[in-house]
Amino acid sequence: MRRVLLLLPLVIFLGVAVFLYRGLFLDPSELPSALIGKPFPAFSLPSVQAGEPAITEADLKGRAALVNVWGTWCVACKVEHPVLNQLASQGVVIHGINYKDDNAAAQVWLRDFHDPYQLNVSDADGNLGLDLGVYGAPETFLIDKDGIIRHKYVGVIDERVWREQIAPLYQELVDQ
Amino acid sequence: MKRLIAALVFGLGLTVAHAAIDTYEFDSEAERERYRTLTEELRCPKCQNQNIADSNSPIAMDLRREIYRMLEEGRSNDEIVDYLVARYGDFVRYRPPLNSTTLLLWYGPAGLLVIGFGVVVVMLVRRRRGAARPENHSLSEAERERLASLLENRK
Repeated sequence: MRRVLLLLPLVIFLGVAVFLYRGLFLDPSELPSALIGKPFPAFSLPSVQAGEPAITEADLKGRAALVNVWGTWCVACKVEHPVLNQLASQGVVIHGINYKDDNAAAQVWLRDFHDPYQLNVSDADGNLGLDLGVYGAPETFLIDKDGIIRHKYVGVIDERVWREQIAPLYQELVDQ
Repeated sequence: MKRLIAALVFGLGLTVAHAAIDTYEFDSEAERERYRTLTEELRCPKCQNQNIADSNSPIAMDLRREIYRMLEEGRSNDEIVDYLVARYGDFVRYRPPLNSTTLLLWYGPAGLLVIGFGVVVVMLVRRRRGAARPENHSLSEAERERLASLLENRK
């Protein structure tokens, strides 16, 4: 019994060490989304492209898709854009939310850099972004065919992120 | 003199600039106080070591505006906090709620204190018991005889 007690400080030390070691590799800027498993928030907003009818959350239903929050003011979005173009050419369904942006600038961007988005919501006031808990761009939500949010990725999607984190989930939702 | 004037103008400019960050009008002092407490107790999701009141990031400005709007609508503090938690998660609260994941956070320190007290009490009781029975340390009759004989043999 005495001997076991002598080992106690070592056990406590090891426990704390493991705990802190794990903490070294956590990214504190990655927040778990409060919306996972919840339906996409209701909205009715104009499209970025002029002359198209207003888009609502019902338009997002029907098939699994990525919903990408972007803006022309967002430098990282420019880095992400070619990757989205490539995914779109592979047949991945991507919708866009143009977050707190100037619509004319967004149209120019899409014309110059190619448009990977099927639907592109213009959220000029950022109200939809607020309902989605967006705190920076780019952010990407993965929704299933019923419009339920299944995953959220904060930051630039590059090929590695797509391959390792998002593609398996997306494929699973497509196969459903 | 010129310098003094320049300093004055510069100083005035600064205060004006500061006041221009947020200019919300409140109906009463109590309302202003609620706004202050709420923005100080809610955390900015982007710049994580600042509350919404301190942060200058666009998202913090949006959230301040949103909180002001809800205050004007006459919503309660709980409703406003719930509104933000539904969107940004428990993370936005500097005062975390009590649930299964935060149980250790809330009661851990008190638990450790209780355990510490327990250990001290046990140690004190043991020590006192030890002191109350000094005969434990003295030799029995047989041992005393043996000791005497050993000492005798040595001579």
